[in-house]
Amino acid sequence: MDRREFLKSLAAAGAIVSVKSSGMMDVTASTVPSSGTAAAAGDVDLAAIMNGEPAAMLEAAMKELGGIERFIKKGDKIVIKPNIGWDRTPELAGNTNPDLLAALIKMCQDAGAAEIKVFDHTCDNWSRCYEHSGIDAVVKKAGATMVPAHEQSYYENVNIPNGKSLKSAMVHKAIVECDKWINVPVLKNHGGALMTSAMKNHMGIVWDRRAFHSRGLHQCIADICTYKPAVLHIVDAYRTMATNGPQGRNANDVVLTKALFASPDIVAVDTAAGKFFTQVNTSIRFDDIEHIPDAQKLGLGSMDLESLNVKRIRL
Amino acid sequence: MAVAVIAILTFGFLDFSGFLNDPWLQKIQFGPALLSLSIVTLVCLIAATLIFGRLYCSVVCPLGIFQDFMNWLSRKADRKKKYSFKPENPWLRWGVLAALTVAWLLGFTFLVGLVEPYSAYGRMADELFKPVYLFGNNLLAAISEKTGSYRFFKVLVSLKSVTALVVALLTLLIIGHISYHHGRTWCNTICPVGTILGFFSRFSLLRMRIDKEKCNHCLACQRKCKAYCIDSVNQKIDYSRCVDCFDCIDACRQKAISYGPVKRSQTAPAKAPADNADESRRQFLKSGLAIAALAPAALEAKVTGAKDTRVPMSPPGSISHRNLLQHCTACHLCVSKCPSHVLKPAGMEYGLGGILQPVMKFDDGYCNYDCNLCSQICPAGAIRPLTVEQKHSTQPGRVVFNKDICVVNVNRTSCGACAEHCPVQAIHMVPFEGGLTIPETTQELCVGCGGCEYICPVKAVRIEGNPVHLEAKAPEQETNIKTDNFDFGF
Repeated sequence: MDRREFLKSLAAAGAIVSVKSSGMMDVTASTVPSSGTAAAAGDVDLAAIMNGEPAAMLEAAMKELGGIERFIKKGDKIVIKPNIGWDRTPELAGNTNPDLLAALIKMCQDAGAAEIKVFDHTCDNWSRCYEHSGIDAVVKKAGATMVPAHEQSYYENVNIPNGKSLKSAMVHKAIVECDKWINVPVLKNHGGALMTSAMKNHMGIVWDRRAFHSRGLHQCIADICTYKPAVLHIVDAYRTMATNGPQGRNANDVVLTKALFASPDIVAVDTAAGKFFTQVNTSIRFDDIEHIPDAQKLGLGSMDLESLNVKRIRL
Repeated sequence: MAVAVIAILTFGFLDFSGFLNDPWLQKIQFGPALLSLSIVTLVCLIAATLIFGRLYCSVVCPLGIFQDFMNWLSRKADRKKKYSFKPENPWLRWGVLAALTVAWLLGFTFLVGLVEPYSAYGRMADELFKPVYLFGNNLLAAISEKTGSYRFFKVLVSLKSVTALVVALLTLLIIGHISYHHGRTWCNTICPVGTILGFFSRFSLLRMRIDKEKCNHCLACQRKCKAYCIDSVNQKIDYSRCVDCFDCIDACRQKAISYGPVKRSQTAPAKAPADNADESRRQFLKSGLAIAALAPAALEAKVTGAKDTRVPMSPPGSISHRNLLQHCTACHLCVSKCPSHVLKPAGMEYGLGGILQPVMKFDDGYCNYDCNLCSQICPAGAIRPLTVEQKHSTQPGRVVFNKDICVVNVNRTSCGACAEHCPVQAIHMVPFEGGLTIPETTQELCVGCGGCEYICPVKAVRIEGNPVHLEAKAPEQETNIKTDNFDFGF
């Protein structure tokens, strides 16, 4: 094949690809609601683990919750969505812990996941975030796929039928096309929302974040949580950014808290994380974190940890 | 070798993956070295010219190599293409150099950058070649994405500045046209670097020599000489214009031309009588230059209008607008390399003299807190090297908050995007009516990164530049953190 032939075939391939993708748009616009993950009676609703390394705490939590197989099935196409928002090293706790992600990817692979994609719509320059967070390295090492999310073309417009303020949004194709996704935020202070955890991590699946801010942030976040709920939320609190979040200024903002919270209930997991967090940053009162009760009102889950089956484990 | 040099240098502009973030070829260019007074580089380049002649113009200068490529194309198109000997035009050469020196002294560095060859090529690479490269990459990324591979990723292709695009296009057309039809005429009439190096190459140790015994005045060398500097009839070569391309050596069937140490008898440069035959070309050059100089000014006035009255912000490390103005030749290496798409070619922000120099704009991104790339790569000393720590305490501009249009105040909704994006808490949220929080600024802490301006949905927070950069104050430590003895808390 000479160069001219090669170029011709390349152009032909490009043409086919573009036709195919435009056809796909219509099909995926009407997204299937999340598959039933409702726990059987007696199942653990929330696992709270302390005093372990990230991988060990994940293992303990999943053991309590009934194994990752409770949430994903063999052959599923999985997306793992950590927080990789900032150009920060793992020690500065701006992003989800890479060791935790490595362990989670391994767990999903062992459960027979057909495909595992990892991405975040970062705030800082995406390639610096992916690299310096240490996440790019562990994902590639584990054989999962690190997906870019820095360009609008990686997103597509979806309807949010249950949204109050938000009726549609540009959501990353990886989320739209996957069978199930797992939400893995890091627990941090947040200048505006006081605390960022599982709910606020949804900002990283959408493209047009500015619209969220201009239309009322908390309601938009609650709305996007109704689009295609994650099957499992794992809050990384191995290191907690206690102050000056969500970026943090230096290591003095970070506390080695060695905790992890996991639940299929986003309100429950944020309630647990919030009560834990207000011990670390003593100037914030749990009752002031308004987006958690707001989400409960929308029916996204329960704040009543007393009535849930909660397991507390110290390693 | 010339091909390798231009390939590496051009890739230095095109690359966006961070693979080539130490562009050493850019740092040995004469123009930027002169403006940054990099004595070592200047001495080396001049010494090399005193030994080898203007080899620089053939193997280091990207614009020179580009012109040789155009010349090669024209020879492919017309195998019988012939050049002739033309006498030097010292008035034009030295006149241009003198005019540029005056322009520079008066603060019109823009004019110097316009004809400085490396910078002229840099702008062509950044404004014209790079978009093509990026489109190619995006096509490749789209194809590979469909196969499930994210080996290639899409990148933003944006029009950074109409002025820069027009200037680059005009440069390409004018210099491309001249080199296609008239060889190295640009280098030997307009180019200030050509004039300076030409002055030294008159005295170069090694040079082309015509063996007067062997030469039969066949004119073969003269017809091949794209610099118009061989006078075959009188067996003389104008060494101030010879760029050491060696074409004449190949052309000479008598083997009468060789490259080697000078003989005493040949040191006098060819003095030729004035010649008015190429008046039209000269006219063309002059008008071309005039257009290139005037177009952007007229255009920018139209494009930017008078909307933005803020003080512009020059990149961290540039010290002050004045320092930038004195040194920057607008090669656009920083503009091309800025990973956050913050640096853009200026219109009239810095005034007439600073057209095309880099200015920070937060339309497509904001300056990454831990990135100091532009300060590391600038070949002209316009942006001085900063360590990451030094950058953290540099304030090229500072935040200004307009409460009247803030969404929290106007819509009574929660936001806080600006505070979220502030790396130093120069904006933080304070209690407002109805349980809401609203931004409050501490200007002394601001590092002018523009994160707040970029993300603000209504541009209620904006960055105002500091004409002379200030020091950003270090933030104070927190006291409300508990670091041990936690319980679950629920």
